[in-house]
Amino acid sequence: MDHDAVNDRVRTLAPQVLGVLVRRGADFATAEDAVQEALIEAVRHWPDEAPDDPKAWLLRVAGRKLIDLQRSEAARRRREERLGDEPPQGPTEQSDDTLLLLSRCCHPALSPASAIALTLRAVGGLTTAQIARAFLVPEATMAQRISRAKRTITGERFDTPGDVRAVLHVLYLIFNEGFTGEISLADEAIRLTRQLTVSSAARPEGADPEIAGLLALMLLHHARRGARYTASGELVPLDEQDRTLWDTAMITEGVDVLQTALSRDHLGQYQAQAAIAALHDDAPVAAETDWPQILQWYDELAGLTDSPVVALNRAVAVGQVDGPRAGLAALADVDPGLSRWDAVAAHLYERADDTELAVRHYTSAADRATSAAERTHLIKQAARLRAGR
Amino acid sequence: MAKYLLLKHYRRGGPEWVPGTDVPMDQWSPQEITEHIDYMRRFAEKLTESGEFVGEGALSPEGTFVRYGGEGRPPVTDGPFAETKDLIAGWMIIDVESQERAYEAAAELSAAPGVGGKPIYEWLEVRPFLGEDLTISE
Repeated sequence: MDHDAVNDRVRTLAPQVLGVLVRRGADFATAEDAVQEALIEAVRHWPDEAPDDPKAWLLRVAGRKLIDLQRSEAARRRREERLGDEPPQGPTEQSDDTLLLLSRCCHPALSPASAIALTLRAVGGLTTAQIARAFLVPEATMAQRISRAKRTITGERFDTPGDVRAVLHVLYLIFNEGFTGEISLADEAIRLTRQLTVSSAARPEGADPEIAGLLALMLLHHARRGARYTASGELVPLDEQDRTLWDTAMITEGVDVLQTALSRDHLGQYQAQAAIAALHDDAPVAAETDWPQILQWYDELAGLTDSPVVALNRAVAVGQVDGPRAGLAALADVDPGLSRWDAVAAHLYERADDTELAVRHYTSAADRATSAAERTHLIKQAARLRAGR
Repeated sequence: MAKYLLLKHYRRGGPEWVPGTDVPMDQWSPQEITEHIDYMRRFAEKLTESGEFVGEGALSPEGTFVRYGGEGRPPVTDGPFAETKDLIAGWMIIDVESQERAYEAAAELSAAPGVGGKPIYEWLEVRPFLGEDLTISE
């Protein structure tokens, strides 16, 4: 096996092996450490000598590591004269524990950052060093973030899955971080969501269609990644993107996943957002975008969530359907404290041919931008309008 | 999570200091200096343990202005300027859940002990970093 193949294999198996250990009654935090150590061994040995049964190999090595860790833990406890009972032997049946593991890693008691880090390590099979590099913090800091997260959820029962919506929110955040480095967090989020889709489809109560909704949303956005930036890293807005660079196979998959989810007739915000993304993806050129239908979806979405960002984006759609003045009227009802409020106002004023106000709003939008690429883009919009006057 | 830069300024510029706290360090006792340094070290350790520490550094007060000198020419330098209004003494970068938490951490850093072991009430400048683009914005 080459190095990449080993990595892929090992990381797919990681949550399965962790699930088995935890089902056998091992403490989650210790089992997670054991699996992490086994993964590191696998990455070291498999490229030279791949095992016949990789999962059995990992399970054996992780089991051995677990005993070592439990022994040193027991020794520590003996020193403190507080030796606890051995964990009882639990069921060992083979089943996909992805949802169980994810709902534990995304426990509502954890902050989003802790849940993200723990999810990437325990279910994603990434090393602490890789996660630290992805979030641009030192490894020691990330190690502490992960061990604090584990301490927070110590003692939580591991039998029934928790709230799947909390899991979806964490996966959404991982996708949306958009960090680009050695590890693509977007790819990682898609991989985990796909895994969750597969594992929850097998559950007796059936899968929440929002899981597929989120997967579709990710695919329909990720399909455009090749067109989002220029070679020099400048942001390209949706209406100016070279649509031939979009990944049509990924769009097709996203639309299929979405249609299956929608057919369950249980709408949620991820499905509605995915529907909006699908309508954008469906237009061969920006001018052919089906804005009336997008606006209808924003109205649906506004009924599902009170997110002010939805209200802001809805104002953009109103501007496309009923003209910029109507868009500005809709914008007047949106919280101007949102960082992108000025950018939307600028765009609508530009379309209403009010260049002066457009320039003013583009300039303040640039001051309020939360990313460097966005700021550069907005400054250029102001500069373009000024030069054209 | 968002990253913030905490900037420590030398005691010039910025808002008014709490009366009685603006005593230059060379007028402290050696023990007071040790305790101050110790507090700063422990603060960084605490932030590492809470999973929020990114980095820190101290800067020499002596700096030089440098600019392009034109085609084929060496860089042009100027300074140092003894009377500069404001100088940055050091920095720390933290990665925290909210702006409120960034302020709380800055306030704790500002409570480092000075003369008589009392908090120095130092003003720290807190600046958010620009982050990455969010993939989903429509």
